[in-house]
Amino acid sequence: MEVISGFADGLAIALQPANLFWCFLGVVLGTFVGIMPGLGPPATIAMLLPLTFAMNPASAMIMLAGIYYGAKYGGSTTAILLNVPGESASVVTCLDGYQMARKGRAGAALGIAAIASFVAGTVGVLGLMLVAPPLAKFALAFSSPEYFALMALGLAMVVLLAGSSMLKALLATLVGLWIAGVGTDLFSATSRFTFGRMELLSGIDFIVVAIGIFALGEVLANMETREQAQALPSPKGLRNLLPTLRDLKDCRFAFLNGSVIGFVVGVLPGAGSTIASFLSYGVEKAVSRRRDEFGTGVPEGVAAPEGANNAETGGALVPLLTLGIPGSGTTAILLAALVLWGFKPGPLFIPENPALFWGLVASMYIGNVMLLVLNLPLVPVFAQVLRLPAYVLFPLILGVSMVGVYSVSGSLFDLGLLLGFGLLGYVMRKLDYPSAPLILGLVLGGAMERALRQSLMMSEGSLSIFAARPMPAVMLSLAVLILLVPLFGKFNAWRLRALEQKGG
Amino acid sequence: MQDGTRNAGNLWSGLALAALAIYIMVEALQWEYATPEGPGPGFFPLWYGIAMLALSAVLVVSELRRRSDRGAAIEWSPLGRALSTWLALAVSVALFKPLGFLVSFALLTYFIVAVMYRRPLKIAALVAAASAAGFFLVFRLALDVALPVGVLGF
Repeated sequence: MEVISGFADGLAIALQPANLFWCFLGVVLGTFVGIMPGLGPPATIAMLLPLTFAMNPASAMIMLAGIYYGAKYGGSTTAILLNVPGESASVVTCLDGYQMARKGRAGAALGIAAIASFVAGTVGVLGLMLVAPPLAKFALAFSSPEYFALMALGLAMVVLLAGSSMLKALLATLVGLWIAGVGTDLFSATSRFTFGRMELLSGIDFIVVAIGIFALGEVLANMETREQAQALPSPKGLRNLLPTLRDLKDCRFAFLNGSVIGFVVGVLPGAGSTIASFLSYGVEKAVSRRRDEFGTGVPEGVAAPEGANNAETGGALVPLLTLGIPGSGTTAILLAALVLWGFKPGPLFIPENPALFWGLVASMYIGNVMLLVLNLPLVPVFAQVLRLPAYVLFPLILGVSMVGVYSVSGSLFDLGLLLGFGLLGYVMRKLDYPSAPLILGLVLGGAMERALRQSLMMSEGSLSIFAARPMPAVMLSLAVLILLVPLFGKFNAWRLRALEQKGG
Repeated sequence: MQDGTRNAGNLWSGLALAALAIYIMVEALQWEYATPEGPGPGFFPLWYGIAMLALSAVLVVSELRRRSDRGAAIEWSPLGRALSTWLALAVSVALFKPLGFLVSFALLTYFIVAVMYRRPLKIAALVAAASAAGFFLVFRLALDVALPVGVLGF
């Protein structure tokens, strides 16, 4: 009953004309971002975040979430027409989607991708609606030791699947923790790592780091080459975008498979939509009667991964909103957004902010309908974005990045920091240091230090508090086991296989 | 990603991170490790500093042991393009104070279009002017966002 009444209240909020507009803007922007190779949702959300400070938080969250799940829809367009995934989550869609396009079935492939995204996206939101409130209630019993252990486990999971080298992922996490530590220590008022600069006393703004690492780093990496990929012609007319009844029948298990795997993987920190899409593709192939044809252009090979990467969004919001633990770079930015607007994601988030939570959930249903309606007839229009020359796009991203940072603090010093983090983001890409662990370390660093110190205050300095309480003991043991994976050949081989698929 | 870039990069990034770890530890040792109430401000940084030093040492040592089978040479051209863009961006930020955002941004756009993408100068000028005008209309007028202003007042 609570869920139904909450959802009804959420619908009333999401259906307000202003929120419908922000939802629409978010999903359209998300679709463009997903289509555009080289510009991802974390960069876009980070760039736009400063501009949302003047907005109503519910509207802003509705828009940013729209960008997040809208990008998943858009990512399939480039995968199918260009054989270039707009998003890493669409890598696997290239396998069968591009082959379908080469056989003249681009329309059917795009249609199946849109329908699978809609079905699984909706199931993902349903899962979020049903799982989040009870999980939040359960987490009310958490204290500092549980939180510290949970954050340590979340970081360990992200490190496990962030890149081929766990060593580099761990180092990136530690750099994130260090950046989080810059500023004044709230327990003792000691200024730390400020290099004598007044500007650093209040710490380094998360937005500066996120925009630098994601947006500038991406632009610099894309500037390495002058060439742009050429797209296959996009199909025109709604009829050409509708899959046949036979296609839909073939895909019925793929829709379900993608929905369930996507949601479950989404709830786990670190795995993310790329792993979800590969996993559901693997399951689909394993149970299919025509598994030998996978990779030659079968519709199930598009439906399963596209569904999974959309259902993952709903799953990823569960730990973010109920525990305050993000599982990826994008959800880390969403967490920072909530904190910057004055909210505290965690077990009390839903009871204290029912309007925001249920408004967001309801808007995601509406956003999924908008995306289906937009994506089926308007794919040819969206595909025109691919014609936007890189020499127009990249200066625009640089400009929005600078305006975004300057609008937060009005400080040229922050723009200098932005340059530094942009270069760091580029160097990290060149040297295969994953950026998600750094961002997560930065977002969780302050809370993690606070939880650790509070735990040790509770136990008068004894680390035994983490062993004496069952949940922290289990979670920290799991975290240690995860970090020891490279030492066990068999598990490490599995991890590297998963990453190989993740990296395409 | 070229192996040569990565091999050399792993070594140098490992050394840089080791230096950062030492800096973190030296700083952390100057702050209280423990107070009567519990851990002090030096507690957490000291431990992640130690972890960073240990991990970066592993990276450096494993890279030194692998250096005999290094791969292809560093490709300087893509690096040069990326770093030139970064440098142009840095110059553009430095020019905010005297020239303001709009002029600096137009110059940056002109540089990227004309030099980095080798488009005709007329197109570069058009894209630069249109982009700057677009930013003024969207951010300054429509969204009322403050942009850095130069000595000329815009």
